[in-house]
Amino acid sequence: MMRISTHRNVAWWGVAVAFVMVALSVGSGVFAADIQSHAAALTIENTVLSAAQFKTATTNGESFTTQLWRTIFLRDYNTRVVVLGTMLLGIGSGVIGSFLLLRKRALMGDALSHATLPGIAIAFIMMEWFFEDGKSLPGLLVGAFVFGTLGIVCVVLIRNFTRIKEDAALGIVLSVFFGLGVAIMGVIQSMGTGHAAGLESFIYGKTASMLFSDAVLIASVAGFVALLCILLYKEFTLVCFDAQFAGSLGWPVISLDIAMMALAIVITVVGLQAVGLILMLAFLVIPPAAARFWTNDLSRLVVFSAAIGAISGFVGAAMSALVPRLPAGAIIVVVASLFFLISMIFGRRRGVLARLVQHWQLSRKVAEQNLLRALFELGEPTYAHALEKREVPAGDADVPFRALLDRRVWSSQHLMSLVESAKRKGLVRATPDDRYALTRQGLDEAVQVVRNHRLWELYLITHADVAAGQVDRAADRIEHVLGASMVCELESLLSEKAPHLTMPASPHVLVRSRQLSDAHKSTGDSC
Amino acid sequence: MEWSVSDIWIVLAGSLSAASCALLGCYLVLKKMSMMGDAISHAVLPGLAVAFLVAGTRDSFTMFVGAAIAGVFTAAVTQWIHSFGKVDEGSSMGVVFTTLFAIGLILIVRAADSVDLDPGCVLYGTIELVPLDIRSIFGVNIPAAVIKLSAVLLINIAFILIFYKELKISTFDPALSTTLGINARLMHYLLMTLVAMTTVASFESVGSILVVAMLIVPAATAHLITDRLSVLLLLSGVFAVASSFLGHLAAVVAPTWFGFDGVSTSTAGMMAVVSGCFFLVAVLVSPRYGVISRMIHQLSLSLRIVREDVLGLLYRVEEPGRADPRKASTLLREVVQGGAIKRWLAVRSLRKAGKIVGQNGNYQLTPSGRGEAIDLIRSHRLWESYLAEKLSVSPDSVHEPAERMEHFLTEELREHIAADMEQEARDPHGKEIPSRHR
Repeated sequence: MMRISTHRNVAWWGVAVAFVMVALSVGSGVFAADIQSHAAALTIENTVLSAAQFKTATTNGESFTTQLWRTIFLRDYNTRVVVLGTMLLGIGSGVIGSFLLLRKRALMGDALSHATLPGIAIAFIMMEWFFEDGKSLPGLLVGAFVFGTLGIVCVVLIRNFTRIKEDAALGIVLSVFFGLGVAIMGVIQSMGTGHAAGLESFIYGKTASMLFSDAVLIASVAGFVALLCILLYKEFTLVCFDAQFAGSLGWPVISLDIAMMALAIVITVVGLQAVGLILMLAFLVIPPAAARFWTNDLSRLVVFSAAIGAISGFVGAAMSALVPRLPAGAIIVVVASLFFLISMIFGRRRGVLARLVQHWQLSRKVAEQNLLRALFELGEPTYAHALEKREVPAGDADVPFRALLDRRVWSSQHLMSLVESAKRKGLVRATPDDRYALTRQGLDEAVQVVRNHRLWELYLITHADVAAGQVDRAADRIEHVLGASMVCELESLLSEKAPHLTMPASPHVLVRSRQLSDAHKSTGDSC
Repeated sequence: MEWSVSDIWIVLAGSLSAASCALLGCYLVLKKMSMMGDAISHAVLPGLAVAFLVAGTRDSFTMFVGAAIAGVFTAAVTQWIHSFGKVDEGSSMGVVFTTLFAIGLILIVRAADSVDLDPGCVLYGTIELVPLDIRSIFGVNIPAAVIKLSAVLLINIAFILIFYKELKISTFDPALSTTLGINARLMHYLLMTLVAMTTVASFESVGSILVVAMLIVPAATAHLITDRLSVLLLLSGVFAVASSFLGHLAAVVAPTWFGFDGVSTSTAGMMAVVSGCFFLVAVLVSPRYGVISRMIHQLSLSLRIVREDVLGLLYRVEEPGRADPRKASTLLREVVQGGAIKRWLAVRSLRKAGKIVGQNGNYQLTPSGRGEAIDLIRSHRLWESYLAEKLSVSPDSVHEPAERMEHFLTEELREHIAADMEQEARDPHGKEIPSRHR
């Protein structure tokens, strides 16, 4: 489960993110100021999909190392703008994406980004009619924002007022809006104005030829989104984890939800023309999903996700600058999903390996406790005596390996390795003639397990009316996981039957596993 | 507009592809996996690229195999990340298909010199070019796309007919199908394979966005209208074909409405828009689940309640010892809830039906109206007695529930209660319970 950390902690993380972003945008501004005129030369018309790759300005006559160096330290104007722009976009969408992830709205971004297309096209036509210039960026973005919002509203309306489920609602909005957009674009293309070429970049993105003004726009929007997320952190958290509870506390859940979606729309709209539809969705979905493997703490999730977004943006854009004919948008997605893959395997909290290790440790512990209980029960009179007198158990509790092996259903290799590891931990000692016994320390642990086992058996018999012959199996599973408080409660419930601190006698005959299975076989028919 | 041969081929290609998608889409929508169609249609891109790089040709069969593998891979990896990584299904889908799409893009750009696969063409499709690529079969010139799409449609129909029962059970109840010995997972992956195949067959001719639209929208539209699977399949096919026909028409005609004369636009885009319009209409006027039909249903219910309240009031006024000097219309205004318009409508329809007579606001019950009023009052007072006597509700608080219940008690239930009550004559307020009329 996710933990909601203290406010101060969050504030510090937030400040850190904001600081990094401010630093990055200021840095790009200062460095770029002198080459501002250069930016004007790069116009939108230069962008075609096949040119969605770019080279550093001066590649001739330099070794690869020098190029690498120049790229990493952002020496070239072009590289600097692209890399910083995608990094900032990664940060902004990583932050808002974390909330979308927790709200299970990952695919909203898909519907949303497709739904912006008719808005862009309509805005273009209207501006052509009224201002003779259809490619004013703010106008296009307003159109995109309006239709993105309309798309989300449609999804919500369809989901709430018809029997159509959310998945189909998303698909309907996505495809119908995009179809409308394609149709209007078709009209624009045959308008013959010839100015429509740049509109395509909203679908594929034009990462490679990002302008300084684009980077500034992305920086300010990403900063705005991150800032609002920090300001509304507590409210968003509440809405994400328990919307009904938040509503009962009097928080305006619907407005907060709308605010969250609006932030997602804003960042999508800005990111679209920079990186394209599919990459924008990837930016919203992949970094938070990857970050989720590493932490259960929301504030860390947000920061990790922003960091993964930023690093993928950086690495992807830099790689695209270094290697010819590598589309920047696509390579960023691939880098991000490499992060996802690594996180999924190695993630500290929810990664596959971490959970495998946990599982393995648990089953190891269970097996060890089974061994200790088997040893105890085989030599019970001696151990009970030793417990009473508080002395080291005498030698006649030693058990041959064969007897242990018959005690449960376990292979001799498995049992051997268990015994070895228990010996290393000092829980079990071996005599020269291959007989085993509990040490003092082993006895203490065995007593706990056996006590748990028998307390649970007694409980089942007295309070759950289970027959004495059938409680062993149930208790066998529960003995390993009974917590101290549970044991206390059982003790107080069973205080007459099992006086405090002593070992209750087993409520049923202790049999060896062979005999037990034989007995099951013989009684099987009569059951 | 005038229809030429090429227009007919375009509509035919669109219909075939739309119908193939819509049939499979029904199952996707019912399985709540609509977005899987979107994911697969994006994720087949690397499948196509790899198939081309490995085989070195662009022939349909190689592309089919590549796409089918990519489609099943998408479905499997999404499922795998969802169950092993404990990632929510939407996110895992988003991760998988964006990654695959990106890999596909990179492969295509890297191999751009040798391969004629344009991602733009994949997105939009070039349905307008369908009539240009003609093959001759038995002396008849048929566009290649039409041949290919007919084959796909036939395969899809055959699949659904052969596995109708299995698909149905595994769609609605995977657990039950497993206990019946039908491998739900196998059916799922077969379905995904077909989705991938249909997607790739439709790609070149109609574009991926139309594939997504046709997978989801007709099926969702049909789902608003019917609850039966067979009808759902048929209807979604009909909507798909209709969208394709009207979509092509709209692509030619619609731009002129907005002043773009002599301009036609993307048929694929307009087909998606038309299918969206069908959906909108179904949302509004579907007989069972439409917004408007539900509103009408609610309205008629509330009108019935007002009408019954009017009858009940008139009956009470006519009861001995309860004569009220005021006009009936004044009383109605004070007592009957629901607003002036509904009251007016109720009185009007009651007069038309001959349940009440009178003018200038003085209304009286006719015999048939009295009969209905007796039923209502009997329900009301019996329910009051029942609450007071059997459920020990205080007589002060039995009126409100009875006021609601009187409209919903059936005759059978009413007489059942009457038979159960010990003293039938009076309600807890001491008023007479009218005896059963007729």
